[in-house]
Amino acid sequence: MNPVVIEAQGITRLFHDPLTFKVLNDVSFKVRQGEFVSVIGKSGSGKSTLLYVLSTMDTDYTGKLYLDNQLLTDLSGNELAKVRNEKIGFVFQFHYLLSEFSVLQNIMIPALKLGKFSPTEISKRAMERLDWLGIPEQSVKMPHQLSGGQKQRVAIARALINDPLIIMGDEPTGNLDQKNSDIVFDIFKGLTRNHNQTMLVVTHDNDFAQRTDRIIELEDGKIISAPAE
Amino acid sequence: MKYGLILNIAWHLLKARMKQSLVAAAGVLFGIALFIALVSFMTGLNQMLDGLILNRTPHIRIYNEIRPADSQPIESATDYLTSSHFIRSIKPREVGRSIRNSDAIITALRRDERVWNVAPKVSAQVFYQSGIISIAGQINGIDPAIEKELFSFGDYVIKGEITDLNQINNGIFIGKGIADKMLLATGDLIQINSSKGEITMLKVLGVLQFGLADVDDTQSYTSLSTAQQVLGEPASYITDLQIKLKDINLAPALASEYAKRFRVDTIDIQTANAQFETGSDVRSIISYAVGVTLLVVAGFGIYNILNMLIYEKMDSIAILKATGFSGSDVRLIFLSVSTLIGVSGGIGGLIVGYGLSLLIDNAPFETQALPTITTFPVYYNPTYYFIGIVFSLITTFIAGVFPARKAAKIDPVVIIRGK
Repeated sequence: MNPVVIEAQGITRLFHDPLTFKVLNDVSFKVRQGEFVSVIGKSGSGKSTLLYVLSTMDTDYTGKLYLDNQLLTDLSGNELAKVRNEKIGFVFQFHYLLSEFSVLQNIMIPALKLGKFSPTEISKRAMERLDWLGIPEQSVKMPHQLSGGQKQRVAIARALINDPLIIMGDEPTGNLDQKNSDIVFDIFKGLTRNHNQTMLVVTHDNDFAQRTDRIIELEDGKIISAPAE
Repeated sequence: MKYGLILNIAWHLLKARMKQSLVAAAGVLFGIALFIALVSFMTGLNQMLDGLILNRTPHIRIYNEIRPADSQPIESATDYLTSSHFIRSIKPREVGRSIRNSDAIITALRRDERVWNVAPKVSAQVFYQSGIISIAGQINGIDPAIEKELFSFGDYVIKGEITDLNQINNGIFIGKGIADKMLLATGDLIQINSSKGEITMLKVLGVLQFGLADVDDTQSYTSLSTAQQVLGEPASYITDLQIKLKDINLAPALASEYAKRFRVDTIDIQTANAQFETGSDVRSIISYAVGVTLLVVAGFGIYNILNMLIYEKMDSIAILKATGFSGSDVRLIFLSVSTLIGVSGGIGGLIVGYGLSLLIDNAPFETQALPTITTFPVYYNPTYYFIGIVFSLITTFIAGVFPARKAAKIDPVVIIRGK
């Protein structure tokens, strides 16, 4: 069996405004390397909140969170930033490309921040990822010159640049038409198959979820169905 | 660390708001430029005005004051020790205004390491007579070379060459007021009547203008020996010793030291001209206050542009944080933005400030009172440029701290989920 990449143990998250209630109630699960997992649930079921807790950006929870067998709970903000930089890639509904930088620079920024490779090597790696995603010719363009689907592919390339342990997606196809959604799905699928990439995607698109390896369904902050790994 | 990356991102953010950034930098630029121009000009003006009086005032003047006898005979009568004395039979003695043993004192002073030089002087009240007009005034016998060295005497000569006094016997330099009133020009003769009734004819070698009507209307200058001749006094007759020190601040202490040592009267420059110091200080304070105000206003400009940038770039900040930039990285980015504005504005300000100073320096400024001045005075001092750039950095830094802290605190989850 593949090693566990991320593990949640009894995650509980309270919201206080306007009334205190449990958005996540004792959520526990594991994701193993190379798995393509989707999280589904109705609006307000807590699926996005779960993703942001797992992303380490939301630290206001109780329970334990392990990434790569390292306990992340109670790490400082700077340490968590380092973990995100090195081990987690993000794809959001919106692409969040920096409009002042070219496509290639956008992809390179997290790697430059990590500083593991020289800038020339990073630029080579960025081109490589654009190649995987089939848009190498767009590298010198500015983000506003790209179509929506192309922008999302650039965002995926950015998520991939540091070879993260896991890629987390929050409705990554939410803004895309069917054709581009399919392209993005195929890319994700390909990454898990060809690069043994672990994926955890929150979606409300059931078609998308059905085609993933495993579905975790949330309702009222609890896991109601999570098939065995 | 990867400060290059932080700076790169800061630069791109700046470029995204180029116009406003330029305006903010221009604010700093004008603040610094005006500060430098103002302070340079004010200091130049101060020095010129001070120079008007202080340059030709000795740091210490040694002279003999006419004073009453120290004790009256009645005071030695023990019977009336506690009584009120109103019999004053002993009047001030006529000892003359001459400083006794002046040669020895000059030699001693010139040997003193704290003293720059000593200029001996003979001065006396005289009447200038030309035809039937007679004007009261003061004749001064001086050593032209020393006077030139210590008191920039050459600056006040508008006609003639002051060192001629050494070569031409019976020569005199008269104040412009006297020359105008008595219609005297170089080469004319002027009759000097001393208070003792001696009459001497002197040849006008040149005209002086100090810029103070009181002085120009009464003073004339000649060599020491000529002055002594006019007054009918011997060659050792010296009424004033004017001392310039290496350090002006020692003047009060040395003045009292010399008074005791040589048993003469002394007065130091600080006591004699206390008001000038105050005037200069107030002018400096005003120019600094104006400069600082300008920079504070510029600081608000930077604060505004940064706040605007942060609101506009919320998304960028959120994704930077999501992809691994910590709060301190984001703070550093925005501090870099404000520092970039500050440095570029500051350096521009130094250049423009220097340009403005040059412009003021070359603006014509001619006045009757100041014969040697043809343009506005400007004092160039690297210290002002240093203060300017340091101040611009401090202002921009402070203006950047609060917005940068706000940016550092932005919660990416709130931004990303809000979409």
